Amino acid sequence: MDGMHDLGGRQGFGPVRVSDDDPAFETEADARIYAISQTVAPDEGTIDWFRHTIELMPPRAYMTEPYFQKWLFVILIEQIQAGGFSVDGVLGAAQGAAPAKAPKAAKTPKAPPPVQSVDDVLKRVRGQYGSFERPARTPPRFEPGQRVRTLRHGHDGHIRLPAYVRGATGDVLRHRGAHLLPDAGARGEKRPEHLYTVVFTAPELWGDAADARDTVTLDLWESYLVPA
Amino acid sequence: MGTYDGKEAAKLQHHLHSHLPSDPALRAKTLESLVVERGLVAPETLDAWIEAYSEHIGPKRGAQVVARAWTDPDFRARLLEDAGEAIREFGFEGSATGHLKAVENTADRHNVVVCTLCSCYPFALLGMSPPWYKSAEYRARTVREPRVVLAEFGVTLEDGVGVRVWDSTAELRYLVVPERPEGTEGWDAARLAAIVTRNSMIGTQRDLNPEAA
Repeated sequence: MDGMHDLGGRQGFGPVRVSDDDPAFETEADARIYAISQTVAPDEGTIDWFRHTIELMPPRAYMTEPYFQKWLFVILIEQIQAGGFSVDGVLGAAQGAAPAKAPKAAKTPKAPPPVQSVDDVLKRVRGQYGSFERPARTPPRFEPGQRVRTLRHGHDGHIRLPAYVRGATGDVLRHRGAHLLPDAGARGEKRPEHLYTVVFTAPELWGDAADARDTVTLDLWESYLVPA
Repeated sequence: MGTYDGKEAAKLQHHLHSHLPSDPALRAKTLESLVVERGLVAPETLDAWIEAYSEHIGPKRGAQVVARAWTDPDFRARLLEDAGEAIREFGFEGSATGHLKAVENTADRHNVVVCTLCSCYPFALLGMSPPWYKSAEYRARTVREPRVVLAEFGVTLEDGVGVRVWDSTAELRYLVVPERPEGTEGWDAARLAAIVTRNSMIGTQRDLNPEAA
């Protein structure tokens, strides 16, 4: 979707607020939300659906909400859609109302969850190592060195083809194997498709005034590309 | 289980943004009270996750990997071939490192990493990302005017240097391997790791300072 999240190349922003040494979390709220995101997730939700739910934020909110507040809304929405929370329960809790009863469909665990120690967490983080590569169903259509052009249009769902690179011509730098297509993942489907790292010159993307020494690479799925 | 219903999610986004109080801390407390009350997680577990990312998982991990690549040619070769696999030798694999790629700075190439569509970052190797990495300014401008952004970070580039911007649009994550500075001949990996900064591994710093050790 052509949402507000697709920021590459947008103009009018001021300088970057540069820093070289930061605490892990800017605020306690950020820390709590991140920890919740890593421990509370509906079964089998995909990273693509998580990202797409953020993209569905009202554009004004997208530009003003702090980063981890965007995650908070996704966690709430995932729980509401899974039947764990109700909208009224969430709004009531925020107003300090007595804890709302879980919706009837909610499967509340009987025993409280076991407490994880820091060592448990470090093991779990290692366990998050995972691959998005899958056996290819077709031979790759492109090979390194080949010229390719990106599609001019996206679609209404989740897609990882940024607006700034659409309709541009570049060179395949590497074939990365077949990876799960995010467009399908955001619909709960697993569809492997060949993935390529494609390099574009800065003048191709931004015009002749751009520095000819510079390049931008993107990792793009086969269905985003046509032969140039 | 997610319904993958985008229309409903969009409606919920608008509804919640219209009705939830705006205070970020209050919202976080509300979320925590809901997940704890539902028995989804214990507060002490959340404390442990925060401690893990505050004290154990951070850019010092990446710095050890870079220092090893500088001192061990065989490891450097393994890192450049498949960084996701190579960092398992340290036990640093995990969240968002399954498809890690290492890209080396050279005399005529400077690499810098951005995620224009969200804020993808190799958490298990570099820890939580810095505030600027997630900012609209950095995400919008780095692909379009990388030299101006780099200058804001104090990076100066010689004439013959091309900038390559890596926009993390898939599950590949990029680790920039900065150049080993002169004046560090004979240093061991531990001493070298102390001068490798977080920003240099994202690409918003080019020259490392041996005096920083």
